[in-house]
Amino acid sequence: MARLSLSAALNSGLRQVLEDDPKAVILGEDVGPLGGVFRVTDGLSKDFGSDRVIDTPLAESSIVGTAIGLAMRGYHPVCEIQFDGFVYPAFNQIVSQLAKMRARTGGRVPLPVVVRIPCGGGIGAVEHHSESNEAYFAHTAGLRVVICSDPQSGHWMLRQAMACGDPVIFYEPKRRYWEKGEVSADLALAPAFDRAVVAQAGSDATVVCYGGMVATCLEAAAIAAEEGRSLEVVDLRSLSPLDLDTVCASVRKTGRCVVVHEAPGFAGLGAEVVSGVTERCFYELEAPVLRVTGFDLPYPPAKYENQYLPDADRVLAAVDKLLEF
Amino acid sequence: MEHFAHVGGQLRSTEPVGLLAPDGGLSETTDWPPDLVPHLDVTPELVRDLYRWMRLTRRLDSEAFALQRHGELGLWAPSLGQEAAQVGSMTALRATDQVFPSYREHAACLLRGVTPAQMLEQWRGVSGCGWDPAELHLNSYSVVLGAHLPHATGYAMGVQRDGSDEVVAAYFGDGASSQGDANEAFNWAAACGAPVLFFCQNNQYAISTPTRLQMRTPVHQRARGFGLESFLVDGNDVLAVHAVTKLAVGQIRSGAGPALIEAVTYRMGAHTSSDDPTRYRDQAESDAWKLRDPIARVEKLLDARGWGSPQWRAELDEECDRLGAELRDACQSFGNVELGGMFDTVLGRRTDLLSAQKAEYADFVASFDRVDGAAEAEGVA
Repeated sequence: MARLSLSAALNSGLRQVLEDDPKAVILGEDVGPLGGVFRVTDGLSKDFGSDRVIDTPLAESSIVGTAIGLAMRGYHPVCEIQFDGFVYPAFNQIVSQLAKMRARTGGRVPLPVVVRIPCGGGIGAVEHHSESNEAYFAHTAGLRVVICSDPQSGHWMLRQAMACGDPVIFYEPKRRYWEKGEVSADLALAPAFDRAVVAQAGSDATVVCYGGMVATCLEAAAIAAEEGRSLEVVDLRSLSPLDLDTVCASVRKTGRCVVVHEAPGFAGLGAEVVSGVTERCFYELEAPVLRVTGFDLPYPPAKYENQYLPDADRVLAAVDKLLEF
Repeated sequence: MEHFAHVGGQLRSTEPVGLLAPDGGLSETTDWPPDLVPHLDVTPELVRDLYRWMRLTRRLDSEAFALQRHGELGLWAPSLGQEAAQVGSMTALRATDQVFPSYREHAACLLRGVTPAQMLEQWRGVSGCGWDPAELHLNSYSVVLGAHLPHATGYAMGVQRDGSDEVVAAYFGDGASSQGDANEAFNWAAACGAPVLFFCQNNQYAISTPTRLQMRTPVHQRARGFGLESFLVDGNDVLAVHAVTKLAVGQIRSGAGPALIEAVTYRMGAHTSSDDPTRYRDQAESDAWKLRDPIARVEKLLDARGWGSPQWRAELDEECDRLGAELRDACQSFGNVELGGMFDTVLGRRTDLLSAQKAEYADFVASFDRVDGAAEAEGVA
């Protein structure tokens, strides 16, 4: 066990992958000597060489496109997209190429490519640096979409993503990069890659969340506890596939559910969770399933983001509604 | 290098390298760009071989087009007129050099041993790709234009890391050259010295839009700006294409870095079976290009040199007929498709969602059998 920031935990995960798998390579903008703008690849180029930690031209489409070619050649690339808002130039390569190649070739061409994307807001960044675009990719067949929430899940899930053999969109909540936690490198202790986990057990309502919102919801649960309310916080971790079994087991117990995410609510992941919960837990529900999300606006300039992003108070307001229904 | 500059000079003068004229006249080797000479020995066997592959490609193309017209294929993208560009270049590669085709490179399929049935699967709509790209060293057709060029560059980066002397060849057209992916791939390949050949068949049209409306600078000139070695060749001259490709591939294989060949050709047919070229180009233009037919000029050379005996020709005609028959048979051999299998090829391990949908659909289908069965039982009773 070591006490690491999320950034350092991801770094140690990548280091382990590069040591274990001679075919693993890292591609991205400034991932070499600089170590990436969030330092997730810090020191890796020095230790593994520029042939395996590849500083690329500033061209996201080709970062993913060449990774696809490398994977066809037998390599296991992990790409770094510098910021969430810069993934769109690679959209065709991800959605039409990476996601579809396996099915297009009848399973003959698997593409074990991981695309890491720092995501979400909360750091006062300029435009295009704070987006939550997971729904675009979760909507695409042929991709696995996952998101870590803390140093331990980041370390384990990144290694699991590299081992799973499928294309994985791997989100990292950038506002949590510098928060520290205990990290075990023992993969045998890790929950299954495509399963949600109960981050905190409770009995009055289920709060479903992921990524940067997990810490926010745990904070809300702590406040609720002071007020005598017991919230169960479920960290989805895998957004596609979605572990509705874990979510519904919780909702059957609490009878109430709110889904929380930073991304705009309309046609977001929350809608999928609400649909699944309603379909499966209709008779156990004591109240309509609610959503607390970012608003359906372009991500606002930095000074507005505290109003835009869901926080513990908005989560608690929704919990009030659930309990008063 | 002085010799090579001669080829380069020819390129910059915008005159494509040509060895075999439309009238079948083969220029003297003393008039060839000197660097090409070691790469082309015009033997009867070579000419017959190139001719044979072009004839087979044309037959494949006309047969498949007819199958589309009969309603047997959903779509077909004709290669008519581009046989020399494809055959001349493909035959300059090693069988282990990975090829990334666009979607009109039917000669590439033939030369890599794709069977008629495998070739038709995508056009028939029974699969996304009929063959194993690793086994045949031929990737699946890329329908999003230019998207495969970064794949080729990435694959070549893998070749580099493996320390192999393989060359990667990627086919694209004048239309695809406008895509960002194409230009990213050129730049990236040049920056890292990846062993990749970008082969542009400039067939004059992006569906209906002529090349002059697509770009100010020809592709082969643009290539030099990226730092790619580049060549311009008469794409309807199979001997010139073959020699120039051998030259380029030889340089790449020896570690000189990536190159681009622009082969000037003409899409004699429609863009696809859904297209109507009479809406955007004059018959006079098509007629003029017909005089530059890539196959006719080789026929004239064979005649002039007495290299194609009547018996050999008859055998080739029969071989073409056999290919046509095989294509028709292959088309008839496709059975009904079952959606169920698709749930298993999307990801390495089927997710709960996919398992549930697969089971749900199977159950839905079976429910009709149950209804039919019940009705039958009732009828019998």
